[in-house]
Amino acid sequence: MTITIPPKSNKESEGLQPKGFLRYFSFSLDHKVIGIQYLVCGFLFYLVGGALASAIRIELTSPISDFMPRDVYNQVLTLHGTIMIFLWIVPVVNGAFGNYLIPFYVGARDMAFPRLNAVAFWLIPPAGLMLISSYFINGAAQSGWTAYPPLSITTPAAGQIIWILSVLLLGGSSIFGGINFIATILKLRRPGLKLMQLPMYCWAMLGTSILVVLSTPVLAGTLILLSFDIVAHTGFFNPTLGGNVIVYQHLFWFYSHPAVYIMVLPAFGLVSEILPIHSRKPLFGYTTMVYSIMAIVFLGLIVWAHHMFTSGTPPWMRLFFTIATSFIAVPTGIKFFNWVATLWGGKISLNSAILFSCGFIVNFVLGGITGVALAQVPFDIHVHDTYFVVAHFHYIVYGGSVFVIFSSIYHWYPKFTGRMLNEKIGRIHFILTFVGFNLCFAPQHWLGMNGMPRRVAEYDPQFTFVNQLSSFGALLMALSTLPFLWNVIHSSFKGEIAGENPWQALTPEWLTSSPPPVENWLGEAPLVTDPYGYGKKQLQEQFNDLESEKQ
Amino acid sequence: MLKPSAIITLLVSISLAVGGVWIIYNINLLPEAASSNAPVYDELFRVLFVIGVILFVGMFAAVVYSLIEFRRRPGDQEDGLPVKENLPLEIFWTAVPAIVVLFVGLYSYDIYDRMGGMQPLDHQNHGYSVSSSEEKVWGGIGTSSNNSNMDLQMQSLPVEVTAMQFAFLFRYPKGDFISGELHVPVGQTISMRMESNDVIHAFWVPEFRIKQDVIPGQPTILNFTPTKPGRFPIICAELCGPYHGGMRSTVVVEEPEIYQDWFNKNSNTIVS
Repeated sequence: MTITIPPKSNKESEGLQPKGFLRYFSFSLDHKVIGIQYLVCGFLFYLVGGALASAIRIELTSPISDFMPRDVYNQVLTLHGTIMIFLWIVPVVNGAFGNYLIPFYVGARDMAFPRLNAVAFWLIPPAGLMLISSYFINGAAQSGWTAYPPLSITTPAAGQIIWILSVLLLGGSSIFGGINFIATILKLRRPGLKLMQLPMYCWAMLGTSILVVLSTPVLAGTLILLSFDIVAHTGFFNPTLGGNVIVYQHLFWFYSHPAVYIMVLPAFGLVSEILPIHSRKPLFGYTTMVYSIMAIVFLGLIVWAHHMFTSGTPPWMRLFFTIATSFIAVPTGIKFFNWVATLWGGKISLNSAILFSCGFIVNFVLGGITGVALAQVPFDIHVHDTYFVVAHFHYIVYGGSVFVIFSSIYHWYPKFTGRMLNEKIGRIHFILTFVGFNLCFAPQHWLGMNGMPRRVAEYDPQFTFVNQLSSFGALLMALSTLPFLWNVIHSSFKGEIAGENPWQALTPEWLTSSPPPVENWLGEAPLVTDPYGYGKKQLQEQFNDLESEKQ
Repeated sequence: MLKPSAIITLLVSISLAVGGVWIIYNINLLPEAASSNAPVYDELFRVLFVIGVILFVGMFAAVVYSLIEFRRRPGDQEDGLPVKENLPLEIFWTAVPAIVVLFVGLYSYDIYDRMGGMQPLDHQNHGYSVSSSEEKVWGGIGTSSNNSNMDLQMQSLPVEVTAMQFAFLFRYPKGDFISGELHVPVGQTISMRMESNDVIHAFWVPEFRIKQDVIPGQPTILNFTPTKPGRFPIICAELCGPYHGGMRSTVVVEEPEIYQDWFNKNSNTIVS
């Protein structure tokens, strides 16, 4: 086990780094700038998606459709889903943290294809703006983020076509990113660094990128056929012209189920980085974690039809997809047990990063349990397309991925900016988010089981109180954004100076200045062969040496 | 020889399991069970709920306990133990979920079979005048095994469902009339053949625990046997346009005599 510490910064080469705020608006090729661009851009879209979610929850405080016109409600829910998936979670867990961290982790100066990387990012803002602006042109798409035909063929065409174009651009961006990550992880590793010595996030991104590259083109092809159906009146999915609506669903979910793993696998990777550092213990079960990721990638590709149990699927197909889906619980379970084992016996600093990570574990376990239940055909038939499913996937993508995004921001903000976030405000943010989130989504399980379908603007009056409770939770979640925003903005000017390595971490991004220089390290890239070597006497001594050197 | 902490762990686990089971049998989270499917479904739900509650509470407790017990005390600068792996433990928590998942899968297969999901569809189609071999009819869920013998199958009441934006229409081929409400006699197996005129809809009766998409260009089949008289909502569960939330109807389950009166009043053919 060796750690080579790079030499201290020398003043001359610091001039190479482009200074100032403007570089974040430029076609920068620096993976760290691109990472921050992804993160901030994604967060702005998150605010838009969150505002749309608030509009939905306001509409649902009363059982009648009274807050907005019915077709606008469908546009709002379509935009909410599309923005949160394609413009917030996918770009941030992959693009933002992937770009920032992967070159550090493999000991590289940048990504394999820096220009492709910049192109991948710069596809996102125009696609997002186009998607949102479609509302002001002729009404946005109103067939949900799933865009099932024939509804997507019969609703106003302009909004649907703009929706397809934006999703195609975002899918393209995602594929460019995926290719780049695979090339970087496999080919740009620092000499001497073996695959099984990489930090877990690299494995998560390798798995995710394989899913991106295999499944996103299928979505692209499907949406192109759908756009032909809309503009050229072809009949691929149009039953009046001999098309088949079920084929669309198969093709759509062939991408969109792996998309769930594209949203959560990187989050798994990020948590695997955060937990060992703040509990001062090695990551438990590294090898089984790696195999679990690859098992999830493989199984994730063969479970798509569990979204279609009520679509008229033959019994044998229902059974196959039930069993395949249920078995994803095994590798996923291994990861969760390993994380708890990582915490167990550690010296845990109860900071905002670890709180959000543990919030993630708790929320995701609940989402995973309802997921296994939903995989069972007879159970799914009753609750499919109801608020039970809405609750389930928000536990996965919000309680899972978004909690990890916040955890990661608290963890890496010192590296991004050189300053610490305010810990007290961070905890207020966590409590508001955790309580608000559970208050918003836990009651929706009951709503779904008792007869409230999803994507409705009006419902049976017996559900009014529970819906209001859920809306109150949504209000807390909306409010929780305020302390967070204040924290990140205020701390970037007034936050405590972080120094190189405020968490005493061993992964390579911490073995350089905060924020790091243009080419990541001033000297040679450090060779970290045991990124989780906490708790070892020898290491502790190395750090003490490092500390005394500084003083 | 058990250590005191192990005894406590054991006691906590037992009380957790007992408490979980008690809650599940005393708090009803599901709506009224009004079809022969529903009690079977509720049985599956209870089993899944018990397993889920135990798993969730266990994981939740482990995380909260770790955060409290292993928190860094002020002044403590040491690292935790360098435990990297523990093969028996890892095998244990790979094997246990695998067994649980396998059990759940087999059990839900059994439930699905008891709901009639595995029966070949042409056996369920005897109530039809339309020959199912002429067109490809896709499966919903079958009849309950309580009613799976051929005699009852032959007697199943055929209804043709047409869905459109934003209503369901029910045609009774035996009486050659169309109704906006679905009237069915209690205890009789209903065999519905459903098709949509425009976009995808879904036929859902929460009290019957059944749902099946109604698809344009692709007829689907759904069989059920109501067991309780009453009026239950029929809800469209697939986004179908602006008035999707308002696309509701009612299924009226009546005693056979009352149903027969209603049928005779509406029928356009002479009932033999």
